[in-house]
Amino acid sequence: MDIVVEHLTKRYGPQKAVDNVSFRVKAGEVLGFLGPNGAGKTTTMKAIACYIKPEQGDILVGGYSIHEHPEMIKKNIGYLPENNPLYQEMNIIDFLEFVAKIHNVPKYLIPERILDMVRTCGLEGEKHKLIGELSKGYQQRVGLAQALIHDPEILILDEPTTGLDPNQIVEIRELIKRIGKEKTVILSSHILAEVEATCDRILIINNGRIVVDGTAEELRKQAAGNEILRIGIQGGEANDIFDLLFQIDTIETIDFLDVDNNLFEVQSKPDSSSVKAIFETCVKNDFYISELTPTETKLEDIFRELTLH
Amino acid sequence: MKQILHIALRELNTFFDSLTAYVLILIFLGFSGFFTWIYGADIFFVGQANLNTFFTVAYWSLFIFIPVLTMKSIAGELKAGTLELLLTKPVSDWHLILGKFLSTFFLIGIALAPTVIYYFTLWAIGPVDHSAILLGYIGLLLMSMVYISIGILTSCIASNPIIASLSALCIGIFFHIIFDVLASNFVGFLGSLFSYLSLSTHFDSISRGVIDTKDLIYFFSIAFFCLFCSKTILSNRNL
Repeated sequence: MDIVVEHLTKRYGPQKAVDNVSFRVKAGEVLGFLGPNGAGKTTTMKAIACYIKPEQGDILVGGYSIHEHPEMIKKNIGYLPENNPLYQEMNIIDFLEFVAKIHNVPKYLIPERILDMVRTCGLEGEKHKLIGELSKGYQQRVGLAQALIHDPEILILDEPTTGLDPNQIVEIRELIKRIGKEKTVILSSHILAEVEATCDRILIINNGRIVVDGTAEELRKQAAGNEILRIGIQGGEANDIFDLLFQIDTIETIDFLDVDNNLFEVQSKPDSSSVKAIFETCVKNDFYISELTPTETKLEDIFRELTLH
Repeated sequence: MKQILHIALRELNTFFDSLTAYVLILIFLGFSGFFTWIYGADIFFVGQANLNTFFTVAYWSLFIFIPVLTMKSIAGELKAGTLELLLTKPVSDWHLILGKFLSTFFLIGIALAPTVIYYFTLWAIGPVDHSAILLGYIGLLLMSMVYISIGILTSCIASNPIIASLSALCIGIFFHIIFDVLASNFVGFLGSLFSYLSLSTHFDSISRGVIDTKDLIYFFSIAFFCLFCSKTILSNRNL
């Protein structure tokens, strides 16, 4: 099922939480929704899940509009809200059974689905406990289990890994990846590494507007531009090496990183690489290269750059 | 339709899991039993084989209990965030409101059920007006219906359960006493208006054994009005 968001606008008082946002998610795609706190991620997700009604714009899920057929959309969506609200006083099995019944899962399938979810989400050891007695990580798993119990076509996860320990984060990511092979997934996060690890496409949103839409690779390319090398050259005086390097046409700037160890940071001109020229210069002058590392622009930097303004 | 029932049953289970239901039933049966059979102008002083004493006690105790039961119905869900969980499932606002309504209504039914023993006891003692007793029970259920709807409405408006329960009591007291008092102080149109608005007028006429469509319309219209307002408030949430 495709999700098409068209000119979505939602106000809270005078403030626009989401401002004319449009995007499209294809069936089977895993979309990562990034942005600083209060950027409008949660609002957009709530609108797709039919919890809030936007003032302007429309969202089509599998061809159904949220204004006209919310019931049809809700049937096909598994939604994990932010902060993962659950009925604390219920036990896991009863809760999952309740959610399955609400979703009209056929009665004979319910026990099977519950068992399946308990296994998939790693809840076997805890299944007879009350939800309120579980640790945050396990509650998060229950949240995922309730979102998945009716085998939805679309999964919307609002910050699915908050409050989990590193092992659990890896497990949940694996789970999302596995699910993402068959289903359309939208997940939000403010942790870049997470989105990079799980998503096919990244959408960065800031102040209610979309700033970037593309894959992690495209993002890097867009922001990085120039080649940056960290290079160590031995066998000569630092200043001589500096002068020789400076004569290379493709090099734009050279910085000393460590004078004693002859470490430089070399930035090439746009769309060119200096690796070969540097190597040839070294050979000609009997220098040898002790270190050569291409420096990637981190996604964190791109994120900061895009969302700080 | 099924959704309403699932929500109602889950809520009913919560009442029992949290012991609210047991405490309520215990207090209700204790009170009504004490005042009906043991204390003051009890059933043996009436001189007739009827359950009017019990109905009066129940009329008052339900009036006080119901706001306590309904106070968390919507406000609690909103506070815990589970409203978002429910309304993003294939559940409409009407399903939720009616489910909440039914759960409390079922609980009142369960609390009233053991008092059927009073009826059989009375039957063994003397000649009973069966239809009057049946209508007395129906009157209690109709009254509960009205107060549950008022409770759900205030729970939709107030985000704090305590405020919800107190304001439900406040609104309820108008129907319970104040309109009645006003009716006896006014004549003419105002007098009959207040008398029509007073819940006790309709309750008395039903528990006397006379069922009139006018009374039924009264109970159902208030209940529907409150539930409809609740639904509208819930639909217009800006969360």
